[in-house]
Amino acid sequence: MANHGDRQVLEDRIAEWRSWVLRRESMNGRDVDELEDHLRNQVADLAKAGLDDEEAFLIGVKRLGELDTLSREFAREHSERLWKRLVVAESPEGAASWAREALVALGLAVAAGVAVKTPELFGLTIADGGPATESFYLRNFSLFVLPLLAGFFAWKRAMEPAALIRLAVPFALGALAVNLIPFEQGGSTEILAALHLPMALWLAVGVGYAGGAWRSHAQRMNYVRFSGEWFIYYALIAFGGGVLMGSTVFIFGAIGLDVEWLLNSWILPCGVVGAVIIAGWLVEAKQSVIENMAPVLTMIFTPLFTLLLLAFLGTMIFTGSGINVEREVLIGFDLLLVVVVGLLLYSLSARDPQTGPGFFDALQFVLVVCALLVDAMALWAILARISTFGFSPNRVAALGENLILVVNLGWSAVLYAKFLGGRGGFAPLERWQTAYLPVYAAWAWVVVAVFPFVFGYR
Amino acid sequence: MDIGKDLVAASATPLVLAILSEGESYGYAIIKRVEELSSGELQWTDGMLYPVLHRLERNGLVKASWGRSETGRRRKYYRLTEQGSEELTLQRRQWQVVSDTLRATPFSFFQLCPQGA
Repeated sequence: MANHGDRQVLEDRIAEWRSWVLRRESMNGRDVDELEDHLRNQVADLAKAGLDDEEAFLIGVKRLGELDTLSREFAREHSERLWKRLVVAESPEGAASWAREALVALGLAVAAGVAVKTPELFGLTIADGGPATESFYLRNFSLFVLPLLAGFFAWKRAMEPAALIRLAVPFALGALAVNLIPFEQGGSTEILAALHLPMALWLAVGVGYAGGAWRSHAQRMNYVRFSGEWFIYYALIAFGGGVLMGSTVFIFGAIGLDVEWLLNSWILPCGVVGAVIIAGWLVEAKQSVIENMAPVLTMIFTPLFTLLLLAFLGTMIFTGSGINVEREVLIGFDLLLVVVVGLLLYSLSARDPQTGPGFFDALQFVLVVCALLVDAMALWAILARISTFGFSPNRVAALGENLILVVNLGWSAVLYAKFLGGRGGFAPLERWQTAYLPVYAAWAWVVVAVFPFVFGYR
Repeated sequence: MDIGKDLVAASATPLVLAILSEGESYGYAIIKRVEELSSGELQWTDGMLYPVLHRLERNGLVKASWGRSETGRRRKYYRLTEQGSEELTLQRRQWQVVSDTLRATPFSFFQLCPQGA
């Protein structure tokens, strides 16, 4: 029955079937391997019962189920794979919606530029403002653009009016807080509020990104992915913009024209806010182009940061010198922890959750543990300083952030250890990170809206 | 007997866990085993088993590893984790409650009648 030619036909059929199934974005090569093994078993059994290979193949494929339904089921289980191609549709209808989206994004970018220039009508000139102007822009800069970015997502996800109102609440509260609280000009609480408001609002944008479904862990992870890619795009645009502005000044300078005023009062402020929207739109529209960047960047920087921390720990042990507590030292260690948490999030979001623990996960674990050790020493030194010099807004803010990040990294280390030891899956790690996101938001809001009152606006 | 889609979907998890509690297995063998144990009454759309297995894997109820079949082809094997067997015990109890409740209903005398031809 199964002569040589027949076998060849079966192999051809299976190869054809494979490439057909692989076109579905929700299934990857390993899923198809698994299904192929199933199909071959089925064909072999049916052939034993007397069917020829071709008939057996047809029945086997039919039993696997309709491809559309099957790929939908896979999609439900593996939403992270669809992330690549949610937007760029191949149909002509898709092309039209793509163009519409581009126009909306461009319109919003221009709107952000207009918003940032509007206060000038009231005498708050960006380029040559006094301290009052500076402090106004410092407190409000995120409010010129992040509501528009949230609006872009609200439009794209076609959010319900009730959800839209809920989405608007944090932005309204933020605007009220930074403009009504009587901050002392240039005081610590004002600067802290200015730094923490963007963080709080960025997470509020995430609510828009999720189309209101911010409780969903999968959506939160998608937003983390989005944030990482957005950061890459923004850095690229900023770099390009810098080169463009530098050349502009240079070539106009060569013919005796000074254009710096134009750059400082128009192009720079409008570009800085407009690029936020454009980068957000690009990430949504061009995901497949850049999807390989995040894993590559983490792969470069995870070993480098691990090396740095190991070298630092080694030096400290070798020379026996403790951390010298200076004014900025706590902020410095906070930044280090932010970088480590960022690398962790980035690599978690870019990783295929189905693969088992590998060398890279071990490296990530070492990085987290080193960061914890270094930070524990810094924390010790800083607590000593606080006990002698007392609390200041900066110290409390930095201490709070430090504790939040240490808790995150500590538990991540435990989960990583379990994962590497084969006693737990990868999912708990992802879940822990996504479940932790609201903690950052809560703390940011505390710094923006509670600190000024506690520390008397200074 | 044709069993409804919802019931098939709901019973997939405990059945897969129960079969894996007999030992390591792979997709095709799991389906064959279900057919065998239910004397052919329970028929799944074969492909649908795999998303279920992947979900169980993600939730840590089963552990997967790639191995080789007798003919040397790549094959993905699944085995129950400790968490998985706890879940199985729990689900067994839940299904027991459902089944006991059904039996206790006043309509139980219908079961005496011959079931649909």
